[in-house]
Amino acid sequence: MAHSSPLIALFKRDLLIAFRNRGELLNPLMFFLMVASLFPLAVTPDPKFLGLIAPGIIWVGALLATLLSLDLMFKSDFEDGSLEQMLLQPQPTLLFVMVKTFLHWLTAGLPLTLLAPLLGVMLALPEGGYWPLIFSLLLGTPTLSLLGSIGAGLTVGLKKGGMLMPLLILPLYIPVLIFAASSVQAGVDGNSYTGHLAFLGAYLALMFVLAPVASAAALKISIAR
Amino acid sequence: MPHFDQQNTTDTSAALISGRALLCERDDRILFEALDFDWRSGQIVRISGPNGAGKSTLIRIVLGLGASLDGALFFKGEPMQRARYDFRSQLLYLGHQVGIKTSLTPEENLNWLCPQASKDEIYGALAKVGLHGFEDVLAQGLSAGQQRRVALARLYLEEKSIWILDEPFTAIDKDGVAQLEQRIIEHAKDGGLVVLTTHHQFDFDVDELVLGAQSVEGVN
Repeated sequence: MAHSSPLIALFKRDLLIAFRNRGELLNPLMFFLMVASLFPLAVTPDPKFLGLIAPGIIWVGALLATLLSLDLMFKSDFEDGSLEQMLLQPQPTLLFVMVKTFLHWLTAGLPLTLLAPLLGVMLALPEGGYWPLIFSLLLGTPTLSLLGSIGAGLTVGLKKGGMLMPLLILPLYIPVLIFAASSVQAGVDGNSYTGHLAFLGAYLALMFVLAPVASAAALKISIAR
Repeated sequence: MPHFDQQNTTDTSAALISGRALLCERDDRILFEALDFDWRSGQIVRISGPNGAGKSTLIRIVLGLGASLDGALFFKGEPMQRARYDFRSQLLYLGHQVGIKTSLTPEENLNWLCPQASKDEIYGALAKVGLHGFEDVLAQGLSAGQQRRVALARLYLEEKSIWILDEPFTAIDKDGVAQLEQRIIEHAKDGGLVVLTTHHQFDFDVDELVLGAQSVEGVN
């Protein structure tokens, strides 16, 4: 009980902060929605053509929206000293990183997943694409949060780290993007998409093991000014 | 009142925290070198020195937040790397930034900083630091001094034996300073260790660790 309670307390605290600053949480969702609503206006409203590019647009939108929200993962904790307090807890830092990452997914990845079917409708995504879209987002967005925690941890101490983080983690996002978008495409074409999802699941499992360790190490480097 | 043993530089088991041959270099400038100290239970240690002498740097090195460590640190005679869990279980650290979230109330802030404390204990501690009636005001509505007082409430809530306080008197008014002084003395009397950096002059005896701009000297 006493061992885990700082982690639970952190979870409750961050959930409360997220609720108080819910406007901030809407930003990535608004971005996601705007991307999807502008494409039909800019390209063509033809449902046939939109259906072809919908899987790619939705996934690129989700990926960029996640990227937008990553900056906030450790920033305020770094600035107000909470991060030092976290690193000085007797419990391993990676447990705190896991809590923060899970919260990031809960407030960014999960809402994006829930919103995605609506975007599918807006972009005339053919019927077969909805289930793979939801499954690929459910498996892919946690990976984006986990990988993002490494980039956020490395750049949290930088005043002008704006473009550095995307450059660091985009290459690691590419496999997620390729397999997720093609799983949706496979679903649209009526093919089996379990292989794609299996890869996304494997990548998630790998990152679940590696990313918190790397992120905790990155935070220690960032805080040692 | 010797505060570090010059004769006996190997035995560290009697002390709570010991440093041996610590060296800190920043931008090719040596802040301190060959620094030895033994901090024991019941001591109040004041790290002093001019601005830029490396007071906070030394504290961060002791905490394990520093960039690099040259020399050795011991906790109860064991190398710090192996005793880190025990050290941190007994540690209460207040830095320049105290970890207060402005979108939370003092009570909610302390819920996370001291997860073991009950609601009554938190209210009691907040009353002691002069924040009675502010328990559920968002911290963004509090002054800088009041925000620091929220963090100082931890000194009444947590049963940690080692207090490391970096400039604890910043932004605190006269009454608050007197009260905080009292709390520090009380803690040392109860067998705790208090390490602090401050330019504040105490009316009572403290052990000084003076960091100079060029060299390190021990002054009693």
